[in-house]
Amino acid sequence: MSEEDYEEDGEMNGKKFLYVNRRGPYGTVYALESLEVVLIGAAFEQDVSLAFMDDGVYQLKKGQNTDGMGMKNFSPTYRALEMYDVEKLFVSKESMDERGLTTEDLIVDVEVIDNAAMADLMEDAEVVLSF
Amino acid sequence: MLLHTVNKSPFERNSFAQCMGHAKKGSSVLLIEDGVFAALKGAANESVVSNAIGDIGVYVLGPDLNARGMTDEDVIDGVKIVDYTGFVELAAEHDVVQSWL
Amino acid sequence: MPIEVNGKSIETDEEGYLADLNQWEPEVATVMAAIDDAELTETHWEVINFLREYYEEYQIAPAVRVLTKAIGKKLGKDKGNSKYLYELFPYGPAKQACKYAGLPKPTGCV
Repeated sequence: MSEEDYEEDGEMNGKKFLYVNRRGPYGTVYALESLEVVLIGAAFEQDVSLAFMDDGVYQLKKGQNTDGMGMKNFSPTYRALEMYDVEKLFVSKESMDERGLTTEDLIVDVEVIDNAAMADLMEDAEVVLSF
Repeated sequence: MLLHTVNKSPFERNSFAQCMGHAKKGSSVLLIEDGVFAALKGAANESVVSNAIGDIGVYVLGPDLNARGMTDEDVIDGVKIVDYTGFVELAAEHDVVQSWL
Repeated sequence: MPIEVNGKSIETDEEGYLADLNQWEPEVATVMAAIDDAELTETHWEVINFLREYYEEYQIAPAVRVLTKAIGKKLGKDKGNSKYLYELFPYGPAKQACKYAGLPKPTGCV
């Protein structure tokens, strides 16, 4: 996307996008790929929601430290999403419970929803991107 | 003796469950990459690990644990944390390594 | 292609971005600007330093839209607009300023 394409005061008239994240960070490339697509996609002024379920909830875990492993810690970037107008973050209640996690353990503010609400979110989306 | 390694999340694959089902008394299990999720307190499969400790040596790779936002305080009591050198030593101490990929 | 900074050779990629972010020092920005026939003023440094802080905090080079908004918040409305930033960095505020700041190319810029 070229910088010249940018217009100030762009309107939110795009489609409803839902990114579904189901993998932990680092073990596979899915988490990082998803984050990059979200950031690139944010330039297109769509209505974006992010869902984290299964091991995907671990992407948002506080205190990630990759110094000993030699990969880049990309977890701080989730805190930049707000500036990209990506503000709707949902996590699965069942996935959090199964892993003994609470919202206190996460680096960003999220809305915790149960499986039924997650299903509605998927039904409601016009485009679903799965990672 | 045998060293088992698991690099997949117990929530996603049955590698960990299979490993624990095949790990005999006196053998060791090393959790690496997404396998470290099996070592965490408060998670669904905690009892599988805590019941095995004593019969089986359960180890977790520290750098992989820290990368995922966990520290020694988050792991189940009795699970030992090793660094890369410890990983190599474990591999050297055991006759055979079985990787549950 | 490597650039010469304070007698050291520092590696850059084919577009001139630093290969290793940790090798950055202020002189790197000055040398890169000289290659583009530009001279860095106080106002350029404001943006470069802002970008370095932004990267430190979020581990990402911001898209131009985000940069513009964030600069406006930090340095005032008169600076938080594309016209001001394009005058400072005619090759594109995100791309050119990120390069001088030693950051990777902003995600999403071709």
